[in-house]
Parts: sequence; structure tokens; C-alpha cells
Amino acid sequence: MNRREALKSLSALIATGAVAASARASEMQGYPSNLAVADEFLPRPAMDGGKMHVLTDETALKTVTAVFDRLIPADDLGPSASEAGCIVFLDSQLADRFGQGAQLYREGPKLPGADELTQAPQFIATPRERYETGLKALEAYAQQTDGAAFADLQPDRQDEILQGMEEGSISLADDINTKAFFELMLQNVREGYFSDPIYGGNKDMVGWKLIGFPGARYDYRLYADRVGQKLDLESISLIPLD
Amino acid sequence: MTTNSKADVIVVGLGWAGSLMAEELTRAGLNVVAIDRGPWIDTSTHTPPAVDPDELRWGIRKELFSPPKDNTLTFRNTLDQTAVPQRDFGIFELGGGVGGAGFHWAGMAWRFNPYDFEIRSKTIERYGIDRAEDGELQLQDWGITYDELEPFYDRWERIAGISGKAGNLNGEKIEGGNVLEGPRSRDYPTPPLKTLRSMEVFNEATERMGYHPFTIPVANISQAYVNPLGVSMGACSYCGFCLGFGCGNFSKSSPQACIFPALMRRSNFRLLTESCVTRVNKAPDGQTVTGVTYVDAHGKEHVQEGDIVCITAFQIDSTRLMLLSGIGQPYDPRDQSGVVGRNFSFQTVSGVDMWIEGEQMNPFIGAGGLGSQIDDFNADNFDHSDLDFLHGAGMLTLARDGMPISKANKLPQGSPRWGSGFKQAYKDHYQTYTTIFNQGSSMPIKHGYLDLDPNYKDKFGQPLLRLTYDYSQSDRNMAKFTMDRSIEIAKEMGAQHITPFNFADKPFTTSIIASDHVIGGTPMGADPRTSVVNPYLQSWDCHNLFICSASVFPMNSGYNPTETVGALAIRTAQAIHQQYIQNPGALVKV
Repeated sequence: MNRREALKSLSALIATGAVAASARASEMQGYPSNLAVADEFLPRPAMDGGKMHVLTDETALKTVTAVFDRLIPADDLGPSASEAGCIVFLDSQLADRFGQGAQLYREGPKLPGADELTQAPQFIATPRERYETGLKALEAYAQQTDGAAFADLQPDRQDEILQGMEEGSISLADDINTKAFFELMLQNVREGYFSDPIYGGNKDMVGWKLIGFPGARYDYRLYADRVGQKLDLESISLIPLD
Repeated sequence: MTTNSKADVIVVGLGWAGSLMAEELTRAGLNVVAIDRGPWIDTSTHTPPAVDPDELRWGIRKELFSPPKDNTLTFRNTLDQTAVPQRDFGIFELGGGVGGAGFHWAGMAWRFNPYDFEIRSKTIERYGIDRAEDGELQLQDWGITYDELEPFYDRWERIAGISGKAGNLNGEKIEGGNVLEGPRSRDYPTPPLKTLRSMEVFNEATERMGYHPFTIPVANISQAYVNPLGVSMGACSYCGFCLGFGCGNFSKSSPQACIFPALMRRSNFRLLTESCVTRVNKAPDGQTVTGVTYVDAHGKEHVQEGDIVCITAFQIDSTRLMLLSGIGQPYDPRDQSGVVGRNFSFQTVSGVDMWIEGEQMNPFIGAGGLGSQIDDFNADNFDHSDLDFLHGAGMLTLARDGMPISKANKLPQGSPRWGSGFKQAYKDHYQTYTTIFNQGSSMPIKHGYLDLDPNYKDKFGQPLLRLTYDYSQSDRNMAKFTMDRSIEIAKEMGAQHITPFNFADKPFTTSIIASDHVIGGTPMGADPRTSVVNPYLQSWDCHNLFICSASVFPMNSGYNPTETVGALAIRTAQAIHQQYIQNPGALVKV
């Protein structure tokens, strides 16, 4: 096992919740003598291995892959979202705290008019639940309007539907905030394309190379005086080099 | 329920305010116990360089923050609405561990302007009572002047190692510093950070326009430094992973980087982590408090007794704790009676996003607080006689970071948000983007306040705090005025694409993060009818209870609040061990 694999397996262990919360001190006197890096602060890498953990429904997987690859398509500038690993990224994120809505205040009720008041829609449903219902509804919409799976539509037609979702001119279902579902997918595909490759997307740092972001660097003192100059710094990741 | 051994002083929340107070008080020989709801987190064990540079984890998922699941509130604009909970991350960026928000903050280190502390008196003096009392605003003085606070600003800057250049040394104006700041007794302990490209362009343009640009004083320090507590800090490496992040270089000032190494080694200091204080307990006669009740990580309730209690929690929590404990009369917006919950304020933010073709900003080189600012339209630095608002904004450009996920939203108007067009636009504009952010002041209003929500509860079954607020007309006019000035500056900077923004042209909301500077609820002042604590931050109701938090500001200025919280904490702690201990009772007689 090389360093990279070792880091990944260690963090995968953490992602399964193997860290005992009860081990934490609650009363402290004196400076802590344990200087090891806290396990729960290590990155939780994508859980790869060739299978999906949340996106297990074949149709839903095809639908979201088609959506992601229209939001960030393959072209002269680089690979598509799915080629860059954004589906693996999304699946891992949905399996993790983000997908579980672990940080959200989810006590009911959600009052009518709440979204107008906050001006940004908020949800009791978890992101995982929103993907499940949203992708199902998007597929049903395609079947109803075009008599075919969303994934099998022509790219132009897929774009037309996505644009309608973005603008709010298409409603997938009464109980789905279609516009917000579009924004969720757009945010997540961008996260996959531009976050550290340790999370499964941004394969070979294609997203960072596209814009010229040098990645997980921690010291620019040598370059800070070269104000206004093109630096051409190579991107680096949190994943240790082999 | 168990009862711990009694302490001299209980500190509720170990952020900047709590750790500064605990440091002063333990050095004076008092036994201090700090109680924090978060876990222990520290630089080398939690956010070393191998963990820190990760936008997804810290910038987007905000894993250093206390999540809304554990700490949120409800919100409405007006009294006739039913408030709804803030369910996802919004403007409340509370710390998730010890160090509080002082661990993940960006690091802008400002003193407030002398005008701020006497805003009511000085407004009346220069513009007449009609401007101070327009029917909507609720201006009040702080009960302390800038000059009184100056030695404590100075002390905090020494502890934090702040990098900057004085613009006003004992009244003498110094070019290159902020010539419009209040007089300082001495210069900053460390020199300013480097001037990066966006700052260079901003400085040149604003100088041509006759304004007075300077480098923002920051807690991302420019060189190695040893503070008065003997704690060593390192030089900032311009990595840009600051706002929402820890700092692996020991160069971003925080309780961890500046105070804990000294404080934690004192035998008269004890820290209880993952323990949430749920109420402050009053003595039977109601004249003093006896200690606090808290719930530990296992859900078990404890009592900690103490001779003195200092509430040093985040603004919303300090206010909520007072309301939950039934100390002080809750504020009623209908007749402005009562005090607890009064004078909520925010920041009134406008500005421009801009793109200057052909530029190479190298945005990834930066520091959390780094940027250039002009104060020509801040505080009362300009004549408001013919203007329809009070105060103003610090107008700044940032050299903070080049985070690739969040910057994907920063494209000129008309750019595609997805598809090949998006990829091309992002490639073309990532290097050319910069901004002017008008960090506007926020005037307190009669109908802006905090109370307990009748419908929604937290994980302990206690009512959430409820916020009722919308921008005042004065603040809206100010935001429009400063936005127009920033458009002029952007044009002078040579921007081809300019997108103005003004958060105050719509109703206020907790969901859209114009700023994370939330203020007020337990205002300080010289008059107990309009304040919760006196100028020593001592409760008017219970003399052994002190509150130090941004909740004590009676208004918000065109600056970040942290340094003023820090200066007030040091001043209050000194008043406790130099005056209160010898003669317990009210430090201010009315």
C-alpha cells in the first residue's frame, strides 16, 4: 500500500464513523499533550471502487450523468463533468454528511411563504432526498414531453429542458422546487469539477488547470512580489504524490 | 445533575472575548473556568498545512462553523409576519470549536471611528436633532469614547500582532496609513502585508480621484512576532486559505495562535469543552447571579457556581442567554420599553464586481483580510448636511483568495453559467476579476430587535432566538450612495465589465450572506433605560454578571467588529480585577 492508498483507506474508515466521540476530553487543565493530527479533521476522500453508494438506481444515474455532462460538457477546453469524476464525487458527497443534511436545521413545520421571506429557498428534505425525487421527476418529465429517457434526448433538447428549469419556466412536479433543484445540481457539478481531486472529481486537476488555480499550495511568498505577472504554477492536490 | 467546585470567574464561550478575559483574570490570580460548547481544536492537531487548503471542506461545507442544526434562529422582516427558521448556513457564522469565530475569521483588524462611540451626540451636534431622531432610527452613545478605549485597542493589537501602518499618530497624519482614523498612541506591531495587483490598481485609481487609499490592517501577520504573552507567531505565506479556515502557519491571529499557549498552562485555568451553557442562574433576591447550568456532550446537566459570570458568547447567543435566564427586561418594539434584544444591527453592503481585461490578478495569492480601502465615505469623514443618510462605508478591494468553486459565480453579466460557454468565460475571466466591497454601517432602528421565538426550539427544547429586522431608509440611501461611488472608482480602475450590487435594495434576509457581522441585543450605555450593560459591560440588573460580545455594540460601523470586541474584553477584565474584586457592586452609579 503506498501513501496515497494508505491515506484513502484511513479516511474511508473515518467516514464510516469509526471515531469514538466519547474519546474526546471534556474537562481540560494544562496544554494538551497529544500532538497527533485529529483523525476527524483528515479529509474524507471519495469512496471509489467502481460502485455507487447512493446513486444506485440505473435510470437516475444515467439522468444525472446526462445533466452533469451538459452543465460541464467535453470540449476543446477539457473533459466533461463525468469524465472528470464528478459523478463519483456527487455519490460520495450524497453518502456523506452533506447528503444526509447533517448540518441543517430540519425541525418542522415549513411555513407557507417561508422561501419568499428568506429570499433563498430552504429545505427540510436532505440533498440526498432532493436528488432522489428530483431525478425521478426529471425523467418522468422527459418521458411525458418527449416519450424518451432524458439521457437519450439530443443535447440541444437536454439544454432546452435545463434552461427551462434554470429560468423557472418548467416545473417538474408540484412538490418540487425545480429552479432550486437545478441550482443544487449546478452547484454540485461545479464543486466536483473544481474541488480537490481527493473528493473524486477534478481528475488530474482539469478544473484547476482550466482557470490556472495552483491548488493546495500553502506558500506564495516567492511569487507575491511578481505582481501582475503570469506565473504558470503547476497545480497540486492534497493527495500525496506517489 | 452534578455541581462542580466553585470558581472565582466563569467564562461562557472561549472565543476572542472569553480568552482575553480569562488571560487577564488568571494573570491577576483569579481561578477561572471557561465553558465552551465546542470541542478543542488547535493549529497543529486540527488545521495543519496538510489539512487546511481545502475549499470544499472549509469554504463550501463550512465544517469549522457551528451548524444551523445546533445553533440557528428564526427571522422575519416585520412585526406582523411569522418568523421562519434559518435552516442552512446564512449570515450567522458561529465558531464550531474553542476559539469561536476567532479561529475561522478572515482577519481584518479595525478600530472603530471616534464618531461611532458618540454617534447620537455628534450627529445632533453637527446636523441637529431631526437627523438623529427621524422616527425610525434609535441612535445612542456607547457610554465610552474612542480615547477611553484607545489603550485597550493598543493592547489587543500587541497581543494579536496586527500588521498595518498608522495614519494618525497622536494627531499627526502619516501618508500611506489611514489618515482618517482616530488618533493612535503608537504604530502597529508589525508592518503591512505586500501590495498585490488588485490593490495596486485600486490605489492608483483612488489616488487620482483625490481619495486616501491605504492597506487594510490585518491579523494575517507579515513577519515573525512574539506577543506580550510570550507566544510566537509566524509570517503569513499568502496562501489565501483564511476565511472559514484555520491557519497552519501560526500567522492568523486567533485565541489558538495568540493566547491559548499561555492561558492553558496556567494552573488557575480550567476549560470545559463540548459543554453548552443553557442558562445563567440568579440568586433568590435577583440582585446577583450564582453561576450557570450547562449540558455536557452526553446530555447530562451540570451546575457551575462562580462569584462572577462573564457571558462571552457569539452575539446571538449572548442575547439569547440573557432572555432564557430572565435577566433584564425584554425589549418591546411597540413602545421601545425594555432593553434585552434591543438595537440589532448588521452591515449595509453594496459595491461592484468588475473585470479588467488583460489583467493578471493572480487571485490565489492573498490573505483573509488583505486589501486596500478608502475611508473617505466612512463614518462622519464627509459632510452629510445635504445627504439623506448618516454614516457610510469602508470601501475596499480585496486580495483575499482565488477559491475556484466560489469564484465560478464571478463572471461578467451575460456570461453563460454552464455549458462550454461557461468553461470559456471562466477561463477568460478568472484572472481579471476584482471587486469593491462597501462595508456599510448599520444604524439601529426601533423595530430591529431580538426576542424568543414562540414556535421553534433547539435540540435542548429551548426556544430559538427570533430576529425582526429590515434596513432603515437611511442605510438604504447610504448603500445606494456608496454603490454609485464604487462604480466611479471601477471605471477609473479601467474595468470593461462592471456589475454593481446592493444588498439593501431588497428586504434584509438571513439567508443571503451580505456580511456575517451581526450586532446588538445587549447594548452598552450610560443609561439603564436604553442599555443592558454599563460602560464596563456590567449588567445593570446583576452586578456580578458581565457581557462581552458584539451584542453590546449599540450600532455597527463601516468596519469589522472583532478588534472592538477584543479591546472591550481587555478593558472589562481589567475593571474586574482592579476595581470590582476589591469592592463588589455597581461600577457605575446612576
